[in-house]
Amino acid sequence: MNTGGGFSDFLQFIFMGLQRGSIYALVAMGFNIIYNSTGLINFAQGEFVVLGGLMMVTLTMTLSLPMPVAFVITVLFVMIMGILMERLTINPVKSPSVMRLIIITIAVSIIIKGLAMIFWGKESHFMRHFSSEETFEIFGATILPQTLWIIGILVLVVICFILFFNYTMTGKSMRACAINRDAARLTGINDRNMVMLSFALSAGIGAIAGIIITPIIQMDYARGALLGLKGFGAAVVGGLGNSLGAVVAGILLGVIEALGGGYISSHYMDAMALLIMLVVLFIRPSGIFGSVEASRLKEF
Amino acid sequence: MKKSLLMIGVVIVLLLMSGSVLFAGEKDYRVGCVFAITGKASWLGEPEMKTVEMIAREINEAGGINGHKLKLFIEDSQGDNTRAVNAVKKLIKKNNVCAIIGPSRSGTSMAVIPIVQKAQIPLISCAGAEVIVVPVEERKWVFKTPQKDSDCVRRIYEHMIEKGIKDIGIISGTTGFGNAGRKQLKDIAAEYKINIVADETYSPADTDMTAQLVKIKNAGAMALVNWSIVPAQSIVPQNMKHLKMDIQLYQSHGFGNVKYAKAAGAAGNGIIFPAGRLLAVDSLPDDNPQKAVLLGYKNKYETKFNETVSTFGGHAYDSLWLVANALKAVGDNPEKIREQLEKSELVGTGGIFKLSPMDHNGLDKTAFEMLTVQDGKFVVLKD
Amino acid sequence: MGWKNYMGMLVLFLMVAAAPLIIRNDYYLGVLVFAALNCLACIGLCLLMGYAGQISLGHAAFIGIGAYASGYMTVRLGLSPWTAMAAGIFLSAGVALIVGIPALRLKGHYLAMATLGFGSILHIVAVAAIDITGGPGGLNNIPAISLFGIALNTDTRFFYFSWAIVLIGLYFGFNLIHSRVGRGLRALHGSEDAAGSLGINTASYKIQIFVLSSVYASISGSLYAYYINYIDPGPFSVMHSVLLVTMVAVGGLHKIWGAVFGAVLLTLLPEFLSSFSEYFQVIGIEYKPDYDTLIYGLILLIIMLFLPEGLFGGFGDAIHALQGKMKRLREARE
Repeated sequence: MNTGGGFSDFLQFIFMGLQRGSIYALVAMGFNIIYNSTGLINFAQGEFVVLGGLMMVTLTMTLSLPMPVAFVITVLFVMIMGILMERLTINPVKSPSVMRLIIITIAVSIIIKGLAMIFWGKESHFMRHFSSEETFEIFGATILPQTLWIIGILVLVVICFILFFNYTMTGKSMRACAINRDAARLTGINDRNMVMLSFALSAGIGAIAGIIITPIIQMDYARGALLGLKGFGAAVVGGLGNSLGAVVAGILLGVIEALGGGYISSHYMDAMALLIMLVVLFIRPSGIFGSVEASRLKEF
Repeated sequence: MKKSLLMIGVVIVLLLMSGSVLFAGEKDYRVGCVFAITGKASWLGEPEMKTVEMIAREINEAGGINGHKLKLFIEDSQGDNTRAVNAVKKLIKKNNVCAIIGPSRSGTSMAVIPIVQKAQIPLISCAGAEVIVVPVEERKWVFKTPQKDSDCVRRIYEHMIEKGIKDIGIISGTTGFGNAGRKQLKDIAAEYKINIVADETYSPADTDMTAQLVKIKNAGAMALVNWSIVPAQSIVPQNMKHLKMDIQLYQSHGFGNVKYAKAAGAAGNGIIFPAGRLLAVDSLPDDNPQKAVLLGYKNKYETKFNETVSTFGGHAYDSLWLVANALKAVGDNPEKIREQLEKSELVGTGGIFKLSPMDHNGLDKTAFEMLTVQDGKFVVLKD
Repeated sequence: MGWKNYMGMLVLFLMVAAAPLIIRNDYYLGVLVFAALNCLACIGLCLLMGYAGQISLGHAAFIGIGAYASGYMTVRLGLSPWTAMAAGIFLSAGVALIVGIPALRLKGHYLAMATLGFGSILHIVAVAAIDITGGPGGLNNIPAISLFGIALNTDTRFFYFSWAIVLIGLYFGFNLIHSRVGRGLRALHGSEDAAGSLGINTASYKIQIFVLSSVYASISGSLYAYYINYIDPGPFSVMHSVLLVTMVAVGGLHKIWGAVFGAVLLTLLPEFLSSFSEYFQVIGIEYKPDYDTLIYGLILLIIMLFLPEGLFGGFGDAIHALQGKMKRLREARE
């Protein structure tokens, strides 16, 4: 019987927090990619996560495809959904108001949710872990191999992200669009394509988040709203548009939630990240890591 | 413009009325059903729906009841209380049913009780909590077929005493069934001199019970009772395995669909829980009075739907036969059905029912059998 | 408040008065009660979205506050339904004030997300605070409300009562937009900076409207509790907030009548669809209630893409265009 108490419990909650936080970080990165290229918050971001998770369940559990193949197919599938969303609903709207754009992305999120409910039903779907389910023990706390997969994939995505935006022509063009769209267009960058690309990338990152978390939390069609909202919380705390800030903030929110759930009340665990988001929004809308000046420049 | 608006208005009203006309007509016996067919409790409601449809067809093919066809109106509560309330109102006001079977969950059953009490329509719930039919003075129109949760607690505690387990942890879902079970576990513990060292809860939408389990682990519990009805209950054994907790896990009779065991995966092995004999019919002696009924239902269901039978479908089976027998005896007057139900006796899947004006359930703790999970299957516990 | 609005209210009044005589089924009257409750919440939301230009994705939370205040105070504290409803109104207004002052400094996406977060938090509290709200098990045996000693415990009585409240709500709404506050608001909607420079206290107007719209929602929630006599967290989720926004947007953001129209239309829609399911089956399509979500989403998207002023707005525009054309035709003939 383990009566390690104190430190090992703390460590256990930290592991749990890292696992949750990595997902928030990925969702927040998805928000930022679209925000940077369009100044738009995509309310359907959480649905990409759900689509990723559910598609992966079908491919691995029903069709018994090998994990890596299913992973690639799922990400491509959700990226196509992202592109479709942009081409069909965002691109055709000329000179939209902020409220209209918000409602359009909400409508898309309802549609995706409705489709997911019809295709996958309302029940939770479970999926086997990427590798063994035998936990390791570290200082009395246990950690699942899946948690290591989650953290590893987050690190990988962040590295790819940095390389893409700093060292490739397309990535640099996207950044140029983010800084000043008109100027970017003058240098010959096709800003409309950049918007489409940002939706594809954002959907892909969402799909990855869904794929890696599903073995642990199971997945159902209605998860999107809360996952999206918490991801947005991470994006806000990290400073909207600041992707590295979002990663740090995401992990931070996850850890705070886990510690709050462990030491205060597990019932209010889901509310904690949201509460922090509200406090940051109200006191410092530019985020903890964002600069106030930068946020003033955005078209709000 | 105004003329066409008026026309649209007339058409709308006509359409609204046509809906009610569509269903009216012949002198069928109308019985309403409210099950959680989809949603988080679909592993309860789906077998229930399949069962009543199967039995109703069987009855109608055999010529109905006293020459009347049995017409079922089945509503999906989605396991949601508000939807169940609306569904029951709809059954009573729109479909004019003479009795209602369901809802599937304790919370939804509790939610609809005031409506049937007011409308004076008998309701036979398919949910586990004893409070659904107690106190009987305030539940004149309410019956239920699943075994009582207090009896379930007694069977678990008896098993613990046998094994020398004294200090236990309990973890329950914050649903109607979970709350009622939690209360029974705490109330009855003293009777068996069992000590509850940790009392944790989780909401049906929770996906990770690590925080609660860490507390139970630190409290030094020798066994854990997990009392819930939704799929979230299968996360508990998984989290326990991840935390390397190797204490005995007990579940309630809300675990009686093999899909829960499948969702728990390898972590589900060795779970002990009390359930009706339906799940253990193969190991019953031939002289058991329930055996013929159990085998009959199990074989029919499993050949028709090609899936393993669950106790939940059995509750619907018992409820529908109680109603069908009452209809046969007294016709479709709700008050007469109610009186007839109060003196009904039935050899059912949940046990041997003996209802009375003082007992709207009619089962005792001998209706339970202790079962365990072995490689994703339910088997009778040997020792 | 314009003769057109008076005429509209008169027509609505006559329709309400006649409805129970034509629709003799309690179930459908019940559906129209839900339509009235949604109307009430949507009128408030429309004032906020259409006139103050602020979006709230947390309005179901205020409906929840009203419902739970009514439920808790009547069941647990034994207060009268009217007292409990008034307490709910004060509570909602107080919460709206606390949330509104910092939230309304935010704009656009930030405000939408802040209200969404607020709505989610309250929903989580409703599920978790079992001692007060009963958790997922909810609160049962909420009494019916009575008016002049008559208990409103039948569908017909409650139908008249709820629509009477909607008419009162409409009257207040129209008076508001034709008052000084309303003119200030319209200026606000045109350009916040310009309005500010004209000496209109924009922040104060926005907060007043936010509080007012929360009161509409709260009353709607209280009535819901007294009608169903049972509440649980389910109907007060974020999804319901989104549905309310959908109703307002479908009807037309900038017209109160649009909100009424949208609320009634979308409340009746699932009933139509399920009534028609028999016909659908004949042509080989099975309609399930599961499709409701998808259909709401599609309607919302189509309206926002092609008719951003909503059905009612689009309808009005069409009439105007038609009138203009007729006029030109007549002029041409002369």
